[in-house]
Amino acid sequence: MTMTMLQQIITVCMVILGTIATRFLPFLLFPSKKPTPKYVQYLGKMLPSAALGLLVIYSFKDVSILSGAHGIPELIATAAVVLLHLWKRQMLLSIAGGTVLYMLLLQFVF
Amino acid sequence: MARKHTLTRALRAAFPYTIPILTGFIFLGIAFGYYMNTAGFGAVYPIVISATVFAGSMEFVTVSLLLSAFDPVRVLILTLMINARHLFYGLSMLDKYRAAGRKQYALIYGMCDETFSINCTVDIPPVVDKGWFMLFVTILNYLYWLFGTAVGAVLGSLVVINTEGLSFVLTALFVVIFLEQWLKEKAHHSALLGLGATLLCLLLFGKENFILPAMLIILACLTAFKKPLEKAGERI
Repeated sequence: MTMTMLQQIITVCMVILGTIATRFLPFLLFPSKKPTPKYVQYLGKMLPSAALGLLVIYSFKDVSILSGAHGIPELIATAAVVLLHLWKRQMLLSIAGGTVLYMLLLQFVF
Repeated sequence: MARKHTLTRALRAAFPYTIPILTGFIFLGIAFGYYMNTAGFGAVYPIVISATVFAGSMEFVTVSLLLSAFDPVRVLILTLMINARHLFYGLSMLDKYRAAGRKQYALIYGMCDETFSINCTVDIPPVVDKGWFMLFVTILNYLYWLFGTAVGAVLGSLVVINTEGLSFVLTALFVVIFLEQWLKEKAHHSALLGLGATLLCLLLFGKENFILPAMLIILACLTAFKKPLEKAGERI
């Protein structure tokens, strides 16, 4: 261990500070006392869908298309999640079904 | 009594939505606690970090930061970059979280990807108190993560079994929530923009550097096409 205890504490505090800052900043920038600018209201309405799209891609970021199984198990399991959900519209069923299928694919097929 | 009733009802309504996260967080929490432990840190480290930082991917990065040379400024900048996506979450939740009064501070503090995705999209039944519902989602997810971390940190290799692929549960959660939002909304421009811009940036910049450019492209497009997008949202 190269760091001293104090240096470790400072490092972790920086991570805490940075994380809290990203979560609180929008709320500090646009306090409730003042009316939120129209442009920010517009962003607040449009961003959820874009943020969820970003999150979907983000959760696939470690998939390697060029090596290993080329992302095929991820593709199959995601398709299963989507189809299951369009069919039954049961959140837990879609998630469980897709995850079990993915684990089976990973452990027995690929 | 009335208050207790409100709480129970909110907890009962919130819990089912957190079940996928219960699975994912306990598993990933164990992985994190175990990982940090094997990297040479005592059990207290991962537990304290999970309780204070509470941002999964950032916590894994923290382990390598603690193993490299002391550089607090770099750590801060790196954290801001990795967690920049929270800015979008905050902008999306401004009104919803504010309406929760004093609870908003806990809601904002605990706003991880999974909690945001649920609280942002779920249709809370009118009989259920919205503030308490969102707070319970936040607290439950927090506890799952902390519990998983503690188990992994203390028991380590004893509980690491063949769970290869189980982390897909969180990917599946995001896909389902995205799909629900898709089925609910009138226009899909923003959803497609989020998928497209992020995928493009992932391919162009690689997995270490794609979030910020993706966010900038999303913001730029939403700003440039504000008028037509607002019109499209009003149609139907």
